Amino acid sequence: MIELRDVHKRLGSRQILAGMTLCVPKGMTFVLMGPSGSGKSVTLKHVIGILKPDSGSVQVDGQEVPTMDQRQLMTLRKRMGYLFQNGALINWLSVADNVALPLREHSRLGKDEMKDRVHEVLSLVGMDHAAEQFPPSISGGMKLRTGLARALVTNPEYVLYDEPNAGLDPIISQQIHELIVEVRDRLGVTGLVVTHSRACAVQCGDRIGILEKGRIGVEGTVDEMTHSDHALARAFLGGGAD
Amino acid sequence: MNVFASLTQGLGTRVDGAGFVVDLLLRTAMAIGRVPRRLRFTLDMAFNAGVRSLPVTMVVAAFAGAILAMQTGIELRRFGDSSVLGTITALSMCREMGPFITGVIMAATVGSSMAAELGTMKVSDEIAALEVMSVDPVDYLVLPRVVAFALMCPLLTVLSNLVGIYGGSVIAEHNLGVSPDLYWVSAREALTSSGTMLPKEVYVGLFKAFIFGVAIATVSCASGLRANGGALGVGLAVQTAVRNSVILIIVLGFIVTWFFYFLTG
Repeated sequence: MIELRDVHKRLGSRQILAGMTLCVPKGMTFVLMGPSGSGKSVTLKHVIGILKPDSGSVQVDGQEVPTMDQRQLMTLRKRMGYLFQNGALINWLSVADNVALPLREHSRLGKDEMKDRVHEVLSLVGMDHAAEQFPPSISGGMKLRTGLARALVTNPEYVLYDEPNAGLDPIISQQIHELIVEVRDRLGVTGLVVTHSRACAVQCGDRIGILEKGRIGVEGTVDEMTHSDHALARAFLGGGAD
Repeated sequence: MNVFASLTQGLGTRVDGAGFVVDLLLRTAMAIGRVPRRLRFTLDMAFNAGVRSLPVTMVVAAFAGAILAMQTGIELRRFGDSSVLGTITALSMCREMGPFITGVIMAATVGSSMAAELGTMKVSDEIAALEVMSVDPVDYLVLPRVVAFALMCPLLTVLSNLVGIYGGSVIAEHNLGVSPDLYWVSAREALTSSGTMLPKEVYVGLFKAFIFGVAIATVSCASGLRANGGALGVGLAVQTAVRNSVILIIVLGFIVTWFFYFLTG
């Protein structure tokens, strides 16, 4: 379970998080929405320990993330996948090598097993045909799907998705949404999704929370949120949204 | 008050930056045992660093040797003792000019591109991606680069020394009337007359080159890893890398010379 309690974070002169509290139970996908710069990605970075809060508690399975030492953080991160906004692929590695990177660094799999595993996840995201290509020569959508394959290759318990459909066309977006649902249903992965997209929130989320002034302004199930009269819910999830 | 505050802030930023470089150097030293695991990448880096720096280094070294011979030769001719021109050129190249030229060229060519590469990785979240995959960026990115520079800087320095001495010989023969035989005998004697396998000038110069290599790579990687703010931040990281590398080359060059020639005799 991922749990943030009363988290405050200031970056430079801006108060990004101010009393942020959220809970993502095991096996559930929580969608975090909010205006640009409202602290959605910052929240994800707290969960994985890239950022430390100024105050408040960030826990994963009851373990306090900000107080972890480097070794504990590495152990935690091995159980997590993280999909960055642009995929954040290493440019000089091929698509297959990018996906294989976490396995090469941490697993004891043999070469053939590793190759099989890489092709398995690349097939899952529809990137098997581009395994030997390099990031500068593939599209934004392909980078994102490769990033997703890399996040999934180690069979993580948690996956954090930072804008998984940013800049993608509706067809690829739809495929990504289906993948997020599939990894939750088939692999039991707990997900925390940051997005602006109504379609993504409605299709992928079990619960949706919308950030306002550094904390969750309104939260509920997909059904509750899509029928809510709350101004934020209507702005992000109403008929005209997306 | 504002001037004081901005001075304090500026000083704080520099101390912070210096602390980051020292911390990076220590973490790299602690990861040295993992070089075999990164061997392929390290050799790639070494090859790139060598190939990219080689042409410019050789051109600059040849002219530096020529200038050195010219300036020294003019004075020696006044005293009628041009016979030691080879000795002076050879020792100056090996002790000071060779490592200095190689270091500056490597900082400007490969160090700058290293800072740009890591800076771009930093601002595009690739460094963060490594961290969330539990891949230590120091082990994965910095270690191979520092080891590659520590190997290539002395190697290129040896070539710089030879090319610089040769550049001096051309000037000695054509402009100063010193016969090639006299020049080369004098240079060879200077580099072989010590009781040890190599004269002090050569190993001090190579030690300097090694130190320069480690310093340039560490400073360049640190600048890249501290980049932020998009393309502008990457540009600033490159600027910082080259500026700090050149300052360090001069300061460390002075310290090494002082240590070997004035402190230990």
